[in-house]
Amino acid sequence: MTTDAPILSVSDLFVKRGGVPVLDLPAFSIRKGETVGLIGPNGAGKSTLLLALACLIKRERGRILFHGQVVSTRRETFAYRRRIAVVFQEPLLFDTTVYANVASGLDIRHLDRQEIGERVTRRLDQFGIDHLRNRSARKLSGGEAQRTSLARAFAIDPEIVFLDEPFSSLDPPTREGLLEDLHRILKETGTTAVMATHDRLEALRLSERMAVMRDGEVVQIGPADTIIHHPTDEFVASFVGMETILTGRVSGCGVGTIRVDLGVGELEAVGEARPGEAVRCCIRPENVTLQLPAAREETSARNLFPARVEKIQPLGLFHRVLLDCGFPLTAYVTSQSISDLNLREGAGVQAAFKATAVHVIRHEK
Amino acid sequence: MDMILEGLKQAFYLLVTFDPEVMGITWLSLKISGTATFFSLFFGISVGTVVALTEFPGRRLVVSLINTGMGLPPVVAGLIVTIFLWRNGPLGFLEILYTPTAMIIAQSLIAAPIVTGISLASIQQLPRNLRLQILALGANRLQMVWILIKEARLPLLAAVMAGFGGVISEVGASIMVGGNIKGYSRVLTTATVMETGKGNFEIALALGFILLLLAFIINAVLTQVQQRQRPR
Repeated sequence: MTTDAPILSVSDLFVKRGGVPVLDLPAFSIRKGETVGLIGPNGAGKSTLLLALACLIKRERGRILFHGQVVSTRRETFAYRRRIAVVFQEPLLFDTTVYANVASGLDIRHLDRQEIGERVTRRLDQFGIDHLRNRSARKLSGGEAQRTSLARAFAIDPEIVFLDEPFSSLDPPTREGLLEDLHRILKETGTTAVMATHDRLEALRLSERMAVMRDGEVVQIGPADTIIHHPTDEFVASFVGMETILTGRVSGCGVGTIRVDLGVGELEAVGEARPGEAVRCCIRPENVTLQLPAAREETSARNLFPARVEKIQPLGLFHRVLLDCGFPLTAYVTSQSISDLNLREGAGVQAAFKATAVHVIRHEK
Repeated sequence: MDMILEGLKQAFYLLVTFDPEVMGITWLSLKISGTATFFSLFFGISVGTVVALTEFPGRRLVVSLINTGMGLPPVVAGLIVTIFLWRNGPLGFLEILYTPTAMIIAQSLIAAPIVTGISLASIQQLPRNLRLQILALGANRLQMVWILIKEARLPLLAAVMAGFGGVISEVGASIMVGGNIKGYSRVLTTATVMETGKGNFEIALALGFILLLLAFIINAVLTQVQQRQRPR
């Protein structure tokens, strides 16, 4: 459904709050039919960007083009707002029934009763809340309320829907179900969507493209896969889950591989760089495996380091193990492995990871 | 003790037999205070909403003036209205001092800040993003304000009740600008003061009982409002 023509494009967007710049965006565009995830820590400016894109907050400057047409005057802004929808973190329902809530956008547009009825019923059905249609919005669970809010947004058949952390206040199973339904409905309707979230996995599941934000700026934007696997800087790398980030200097180059001198050891990585160049090596904890120090089992991992267990932090289904290999390294290990390897703080192990598991960020900029 | 019991008995008798004088006084009270509340609603809800939704220099001062006005002593309101309507006063030519109209004006002056203050607070306590949500649903400014008022309807009902409760029970302004003229400007509170002064406790008690009943109804509604929850 994605086409190349941008449905929305902005340039030189600048927003201040209380005299402090909170958003500075040279250029940004959204293609028709795609889902863009905005990720970043709290206070990075995700919500501000979303509200600015929806023309709901005042901007210091910035040009917004919707289908190539400028959105600037009061009249243009109003017309634009009638073709988009926004869903906030809080469902912000009106004190009436579920049905009337979902119908509210259509009521505002003065559509006739019958059409409202048809469209509302379709959305209630789609979001699985038809049985709640006559229930008061005051008597809904968190998940039901957010479904109502989403149905209300989709009822107006928006061309773009802006979602501001829509699942943050829901418990995991509820969030899971809603995430799946939203994904399906976005695909079914071909609606363009921009979703802000601080959960990179949530963004990864819904979006084709992602933008990582920090301090009111977009630090990297690109296909979701690229962001997750090829972050361009340290901040993005750590935000997308690369917990180990090491600084080193390229000591040798092979065919498509490099050796990096960390000062306290050398590791091998897949990538391109010039000898002598300073680089950062990022490693995901789930790509590090641990084995007994005496084990001489065959491993295809090119990087093998003797390590000492510094700390073990339980994370529910698995454990985060902080290792000292001369350099710090983080690994995720199942509870089963913890007991198999008899891991405890101070114990010796071998840490292994493949050359392909090392993401290299070149430092020249 | 006998006097109190006897008074209660008499009061009860006056009430159940719908004594014409007591009923007349009650009806006039409801009419005057109801009209005054009605006027103060127009003023209070519109001013309260505007102040709640807009930013302008001196806004804080306006808000504190409104809050001060909520505690305006009825006698002060009565004094102000009297001065204005006095024969030589700026509005003296209207010749409406010692009429129900003057009482309505004075009571509106008392109720308006109460209604304004509570309206302001009830619009302001709506979730911050609700306004943006309504605009994002495609509403124009007028539609947005209307939806916000509808959302705040329960606390606004509280504003109505508080305004009405404030004026139906005040005596200072009514006696000053109404004059407590029998069958014309005599209301529950002014009559209670007079009958008590004359020692007619049974009538005073009957009137007091009606006032209490009204206060009870108002509070029952307010409590009901306060116990309701906002939707998520």
